[in-house]
Amino acid sequence: MAIVTMPALSPTMTEGKLSKWLVQEGDDVRSGDVIAEIETDKAVMEVEALDDGKITTIVIAEGTESVAVGTTIAEILGDGEDSALSSSGAKEAAPASTASQAPEEPKEQANEAPVAAPVAPSAKPSPVASPADQSGERIFASPLARRIAEDRRIDLASLKGSGPRGRIIKADLENVGSTVTASTPQAVMPMQTGDDSSVIEHTQMRKVIADRLQQSMQDSPHFYVNMDIDIGQMLTARKALNDHAPEGVKISVNDMIVKAAATALMRVPEVNASWEGTQTRRFHHADISVAVAIEGGLITPIIRHADEKGLEAISSEVAALAKKAHDGKLAPEEYTGGSFTISNLGMFGVTSFTAVINPPQAAILAIGAGEERAVVRNGQLAVATMMTATLSSDHRVIDGATAARFMKVFKDIVENPVLALA
Amino acid sequence: MAEHDVDVVVIGGGPGGYVAAIRASQLGLKAAVVERENLGGICLNWGCIPTKALLRSAEVKHLIDHAKDFGITVGKAEIDLNAVVERSRGVAKRLSSGISHLMKKNKIAVFMASASLGGMAKGKRQVKLDNGDMINAKSVILATGARARALPGIEANGETIVTYRDAMTPKTMPKTLIVVGSGAIGIEFASFYADMGVQVTVIEAMDRILPAEDDEISAMAAKSFTNRGLTLMTGAKLGAVKAGKGVTAEVTHQGKTQRLTADRMILAVGITANTDCIGLEQTKVKIDRGHVITDGSMRTDEPGVYAIGDMTGAPWLAHKASHEGIIAAEHIAGLGEGHGVKKTDIPGCTYCRPQVASVGLSEKAAIAAGHDIKVGRFPFLANGKAIALGDEDGMIKTIFDAKTGELLGAHMIGPEVTELIQGYVVAKKLETTEEDLMHTIFPHPTLSEAMHESVLDAFDKAIHF
Repeated sequence: MAIVTMPALSPTMTEGKLSKWLVQEGDDVRSGDVIAEIETDKAVMEVEALDDGKITTIVIAEGTESVAVGTTIAEILGDGEDSALSSSGAKEAAPASTASQAPEEPKEQANEAPVAAPVAPSAKPSPVASPADQSGERIFASPLARRIAEDRRIDLASLKGSGPRGRIIKADLENVGSTVTASTPQAVMPMQTGDDSSVIEHTQMRKVIADRLQQSMQDSPHFYVNMDIDIGQMLTARKALNDHAPEGVKISVNDMIVKAAATALMRVPEVNASWEGTQTRRFHHADISVAVAIEGGLITPIIRHADEKGLEAISSEVAALAKKAHDGKLAPEEYTGGSFTISNLGMFGVTSFTAVINPPQAAILAIGAGEERAVVRNGQLAVATMMTATLSSDHRVIDGATAARFMKVFKDIVENPVLALA
Repeated sequence: MAEHDVDVVVIGGGPGGYVAAIRASQLGLKAAVVERENLGGICLNWGCIPTKALLRSAEVKHLIDHAKDFGITVGKAEIDLNAVVERSRGVAKRLSSGISHLMKKNKIAVFMASASLGGMAKGKRQVKLDNGDMINAKSVILATGARARALPGIEANGETIVTYRDAMTPKTMPKTLIVVGSGAIGIEFASFYADMGVQVTVIEAMDRILPAEDDEISAMAAKSFTNRGLTLMTGAKLGAVKAGKGVTAEVTHQGKTQRLTADRMILAVGITANTDCIGLEQTKVKIDRGHVITDGSMRTDEPGVYAIGDMTGAPWLAHKASHEGIIAAEHIAGLGEGHGVKKTDIPGCTYCRPQVASVGLSEKAAIAAGHDIKVGRFPFLANGKAIALGDEDGMIKTIFDAKTGELLGAHMIGPEVTELIQGYVVAKKLETTEEDLMHTIFPHPTLSEAMHESVLDAFDKAIHF
């Protein structure tokens, strides 16, 4: 007999969405069979059966969001074994709110129910109801705290209680603004139902993107420094490198930009940092997050120690990570904890743009398209392949002159790729 | 001269001090208590406890006087004043020796002496005892309590003009008595002496008796006392007081100055913190309007020195002192920052007849604090148990925030309400709303049903009224 619980797919994972069941109650499974898919912040992971037996009970319904790690999601019984989940308790153990939650993602919902009610508290909770967060964990909060939270639209699950054994009390709600995000039903303007719009349920990734980028723009004072860079030399070097590269390796402009940025970060270490409230952390290596657009959002796999890696290594790593990202198979460790981000929209023909800093990092480099432009050289008009790069910096960490110095160093390296060897 | 090394020394062995010492000891600290008179402090020896014993005698007398109402015929009740006082002293003594036992059990050293704070030596605070001993402690908890406040120009002589101590150990019963002050202490004495057959006049400077209580409760108490034959002079100004064979007092009341005479006068006009002669002058301990200023963990501004109980300000109640003692001890033991005592969570009880008990905001205070309120009332005359007891004078008033359902205050007057109030205190502490109270099952038949009905009434759902 085995209870299947919500697995922790990374050391930091606390909850995830049970996005899909691949088995049904009554199915026989063998140890190692994939039985479910779990969606974490940014990746989809598979859950395997650890025992042979029959799936007797599926406790957490497909589509349930924010299932806490360790929550019982199903039970597998061998022949003649008794359920550990009491017959009535099993289903009840599932959070009451799951039934109405969005089943699949990203799901375009037809218009008859434009305002789904997934997590909002019911208008008038029964006084005897044991409140539960979205994962079914009971939230300990005083009745008064619950009433105030409901009234002020504060998500109790987002609070830390200061009462006995972490119970949430009235005092914990003082000075807390509404934590229920604007996407919850009450905050949304009641939309007209009809055929001229449709509702897209937010995926876990969309929520994370929304939260983090909103936090970034709210918390970090952004400022922007841009620079036009001649990439002619870099393109020449790239061609030479690729001509001599081993089979299967094809170094891209982006790979070279990653390397140039990593080198620049080592020379201007003030930029390779993060704001930690009372202190600033400076990183000793350039762990470059590379923004990869994927279906439903974006993800930033990390080239660790890019400052120490050669272009070939960077190139093959970027390719491998990008593939994993597109397949939704990135391990959380592969996309969390970078020190600097590069976002490249050059392939879309974008000349230049500003990017939002990926917190807790202090800067992000936005790369535009390489294109032939008219430039003036020695008083003469000339044609050069130019690229505009824009650095968004968190001014709490990085001063204007520092950002400018970084851009200057970055420009010098891109324009003289040999400098990266120095 | 002996020197003693401890972790914590508590100066004052009252309900704040001895509780702090026990808690400190429970947490593995070596604790000592310095007490100059009696373990248990005023509360146990000269306050809460002995007066409750006296009031019990008064209650027995009252019941006997009304035995006929219950179908029992007895002779006239005779008061043996010495025995009444002796019983009261016996109760106090028994409890005080109980504290000695608790000190031993918790391995707390007790020094019967007066103490004052000294300087620092080898990282420890020196506390000098008047017997010549010295205690070196890492932390000091000041718990010296308070004493009766004196009125300028009126000197207690222990005979005709007395304060609480003499008031609770009368050798003779006066025929007439003036009680100055109608707070809990004054009113309890007024109630006791009135039940013992004394003609009592209460003089109160504020516009109502029990001025700390909700207006409505004050009014009901006043009505009840007046019916018992007490004379209540509120908004009264006490002028010259002369002691002779009895006592003569000039009182200005309702625009007229009159001369009152009585056999005795009890002064019960509040208390003054004991902050003198304990060496605070040389420290950073801050005193504001007579009270020691502390933070949420009961720390004073002097490092390593804490203060608790009456000396830190109103309400001057034993249970507040005990609670603060625990906060201080736990902070010293490293259990983290305390949050002080929330005044609106501290119940107050007055053991007059009828009893008065309350917690939280009065109706006026709730409105002043900006709450939109709902008020429930339920009279004991609609409570079965109260009628069966023959004690139906009184009511229970509850005040809720209309929006959140928070129980803001509860105010009770009537039979055994001092025992009932804790139900609301628990409810308040747990932050229940009206819904939880409404869905709570109260046992029948009990006085506590009136608590339920009062809550229901606040939301127009009372069943029995």
